[in-house]
Amino acid sequence: MNTSSLAKQRYILDYAFASLLRRKSKNIALGLVYSFLVFLISTVLFTATSLKHEASLTLEDAPEITVQRLVAGRQDLIPVAYADSISAIRGIQSVQPRLWGYYFDSLSGATYTVQASTDLAENSGETVIGAGVSRRYEPEKPARKISENDILPFKTHDGHVKNLVVKGFFPAHSELITADLILISETDFRTIFGIQPGYATDLVIKARNERELATIAAKIVQLHPDTRPILRNEIMRTYEAVFDWRSGLILLVLSGTLCAFAVLAWDKATGLSAEERKEIGILKAVGWDTSDVLYMKFWEGAAISMLSFFVGVIGAYFHTFIASLVLFEPILKGWTVLYPEFRLTPSVTVYQLTTLFILTVIPYTVTTIIPSWRAATIDPDSVMRS
Amino acid sequence: MRYRRSDLFLSLVLLGALMLVLILVDTAVTNRIDQDARRERQAIVKALTITDLCLSTEARYTRHPSMADWHAPFQEHPLSLEHFPSGSMIAVPPHLGAR
Repeated sequence: MNTSSLAKQRYILDYAFASLLRRKSKNIALGLVYSFLVFLISTVLFTATSLKHEASLTLEDAPEITVQRLVAGRQDLIPVAYADSISAIRGIQSVQPRLWGYYFDSLSGATYTVQASTDLAENSGETVIGAGVSRRYEPEKPARKISENDILPFKTHDGHVKNLVVKGFFPAHSELITADLILISETDFRTIFGIQPGYATDLVIKARNERELATIAAKIVQLHPDTRPILRNEIMRTYEAVFDWRSGLILLVLSGTLCAFAVLAWDKATGLSAEERKEIGILKAVGWDTSDVLYMKFWEGAAISMLSFFVGVIGAYFHTFIASLVLFEPILKGWTVLYPEFRLTPSVTVYQLTTLFILTVIPYTVTTIIPSWRAATIDPDSVMRS
Repeated sequence: MRYRRSDLFLSLVLLGALMLVLILVDTAVTNRIDQDARRERQAIVKALTITDLCLSTEARYTRHPSMADWHAPFQEHPLSLEHFPSGSMIAVPPHLGAR
């Protein structure tokens, strides 16, 4: 493209911008809806890819196989004796019973994840807690956080109170996995929840060869038909389904906005207003070529879609990674009072931005050109008279 | 020099493109800074045999989606509305649907 054609494009762009400003309110409304749509799609895409990326890295050392016992379709306690028979299966390196569960704290209204740790086996009466637990201990006094050597009271299964001394905290940057976690000794766990020795919540298995996991899982089910093994790659796949477009709320929000946008785009694509047709007719009558009119309409569409794209994508980045999904927080928080405060690590790529650009900018720009092409190819006199 | 509307548009496009480049730079820098914290999270996961991320604490199946059983969670169809808002964010884990 030589200098004169560049100058010509700039003049056409000047005119296109002036034309957009003549229909200011309509185009601003269109731009806002457009930006919001791009914002929503980008937020979902950024959050989903970031969470998947984080899950794939953080959980890469998650248990290779977790064995649950199911009774009447629900998870139940598993006899520790199962560990002996399972460990006899060829290829298994170790079987470790896990004791974990949920504790509803009526004082704060929060539900915690409580887990027994072998590291605290010799330290009965002590606990290590996550950052979310320390924040939510006293809702009446939110400014006061639990500090070291504070007492954490637990109501046991038989109605007694078991006091545990806070001896440590998980680091704040581990909130994505430990926000609601309370680590206690096995003795305290059995005292609080009334679980008899000889039973555990589930079993975690380490295999000698990762490629044999599926075979080992099949053998476990054969040996104990009431068990359900969950493989590590199934845990990984679970997080690929987080923020899936089919999950209820995302579909609802996206479909509503897509419908609104489709109405606006359809309005543009099915025809021009009488005023716009007249404008094209006048332009052709004063000497504009059909290609000039199409360039003008292209620049109009490109201006709205590109600016909306930038506003939407940049807004989504700030919302997801700087403002920690503040608009989605009430949904993730739901009915509970304990909410992990974490900042996702971005995993935005050129490929993602290009995909968003192609999906959001190009279709709209094309839909604005087609009706203009129809109007620009007919006789200016008949366009102005119609 | 006379102000032209095309200058404004081109400036906005350039600014937008620059912001996108900054987003990519910020992504790379944040990932580098977060490396140590991530290694620590991995160590905790390994030591405590953790299976799930703590995204929401309101229901068992959204706190530990990978450990959820078949009947309680993700009851989303027109006659069975999801009770917990966070359940609407997470699709059914594939290994639950496959069985």
